[in-house]
Amino acid sequence: MRLLAIAAIVLGLSACATPEPRGTGDLGLVVERAAGRIMLIETSGHSVLGRIDGLGDLSHASAVFSRDGRYAYVFGRDGGLTKVDLLRERIEARVIQAGNSIGGAISQDGRVVAVANYTPGGVRLFDARTLEPLAEVPTGSKVVGIADAPGNRFVFSLFEAGQIWIVDASDPRRPQVRKIAGVGKQPYDGFITPSGRYYIAGLFGEDGLALVDMWNPEAGARRVLGGYGRGEEPLPVYKMPHLRGWAVAGRYIFLPAIGRHEVLVLDSVTWTEAGRIAVHGQPVFAVAQPGARRVWVNFAFPDNGVVQVIDVADMKVVKELKPGRAVLHLEFTPRGEQAWISSRDDGRVTVYDAASFAELARLPAESPSGIFLTSRGAMTGF
Amino acid sequence: MHRMATLLGLMAAGVVSAAEPPPARRAELLHLVRQDCGSCHGLTLKGGLGPSLEPAALAEKDAEQMSFVILNGRRGTAMPPWKPFLSETEARWIVEQLKKGLPK
Repeated sequence: MRLLAIAAIVLGLSACATPEPRGTGDLGLVVERAAGRIMLIETSGHSVLGRIDGLGDLSHASAVFSRDGRYAYVFGRDGGLTKVDLLRERIEARVIQAGNSIGGAISQDGRVVAVANYTPGGVRLFDARTLEPLAEVPTGSKVVGIADAPGNRFVFSLFEAGQIWIVDASDPRRPQVRKIAGVGKQPYDGFITPSGRYYIAGLFGEDGLALVDMWNPEAGARRVLGGYGRGEEPLPVYKMPHLRGWAVAGRYIFLPAIGRHEVLVLDSVTWTEAGRIAVHGQPVFAVAQPGARRVWVNFAFPDNGVVQVIDVADMKVVKELKPGRAVLHLEFTPRGEQAWISSRDDGRVTVYDAASFAELARLPAESPSGIFLTSRGAMTGF
Repeated sequence: MHRMATLLGLMAAGVVSAAEPPPARRAELLHLVRQDCGSCHGLTLKGGLGPSLEPAALAEKDAEQMSFVILNGRRGTAMPPWKPFLSETEARWIVEQLKKGLPK
């Protein structure tokens, strides 16, 4: 009996021998979309720390982070919302909150997670600690381009309805909704600038973007870059572009042209076109490297084996990389010295030195798609 | 009656020859459907920006019409024409697979 007690004490002690404490500032996750799994990575040594299973259908999955960088909230296509503890490498909570969802956002104060849904169309709010449901905002339309905004607000667009809605979630059980109608045909995604001031929705159904000044939402939306296609028939679009605050490089905003092999440059002071850059295919992500000197671009099927790098000062393509077949996503470390790029069909993530373009590491992964670093947790619009 | 049987026989023969792209190509097509159609219709084809492509959702849909939409797209929607990448035979074969349900 005494022996057993001693054994229990010894076991208890060894279980208490906690690993060295670590911060989360260099952590992130890679979605292995076909496997319903995420790969936990760290960017200081370019290594895989572990894998976490059981997250459901992760096609088009995205993630946001808690303000302390410890937890990831992963939004799955199947309506699953999963809270993952990056330090304990386990699922903390998980709910299936809708039939079909597209993404989400976390509030300015970090207390509320909002999920944007296709079926049924709407936004649902959850307690970030427990994932308890708090409120629902039905929209009757597919929700796209959800972003957090200062004042514990969320802003998003409605694909069929052609509207932008702003939800004040200061009291998350009683959200207040402001609707802006007639913003344009078929907004396909939207983002908020890093300052939190401007929300911009890209339009699929016509050439142009809708701009809302979040300081003055009563003024409604205005059209920017209207008619950028100059009346020419657009090419078929095999993958919708993605917009986020990464589009902003200093004064300029770099935007994928829908149905064209072009990146459009919008001047964020005058809100007029500042140029356009011919590229390899139809852009999906145009991401400014932190430091704002370069913008990296990947492309839609069938041109998706290439990443091009635009020099912001010259507004020209200065480098072409071939990170593998079906490049789905790229993410920079917060200070911009590394670029992480996923190649779905070659099953790997390639880490580049973003200054020299030298390959730093290759990490095997199963159909990798999105790459999300914890630094997003400290940024408005991510 | 005899003529009817011949006609049926011809139709059946047509269906068989249309139904089978070579095996290597079939694997490519399934990959394309899951991954690239999946961009909008969902990796499990439950739907996304585009509608569900699960067998139950397609049961009432006309196969010819479906292959036409695959090849030519649908105006006013986000569905692009896949004609540059697919033959008619391949589009028909994809429709058959979708209606049956894709192999896991």
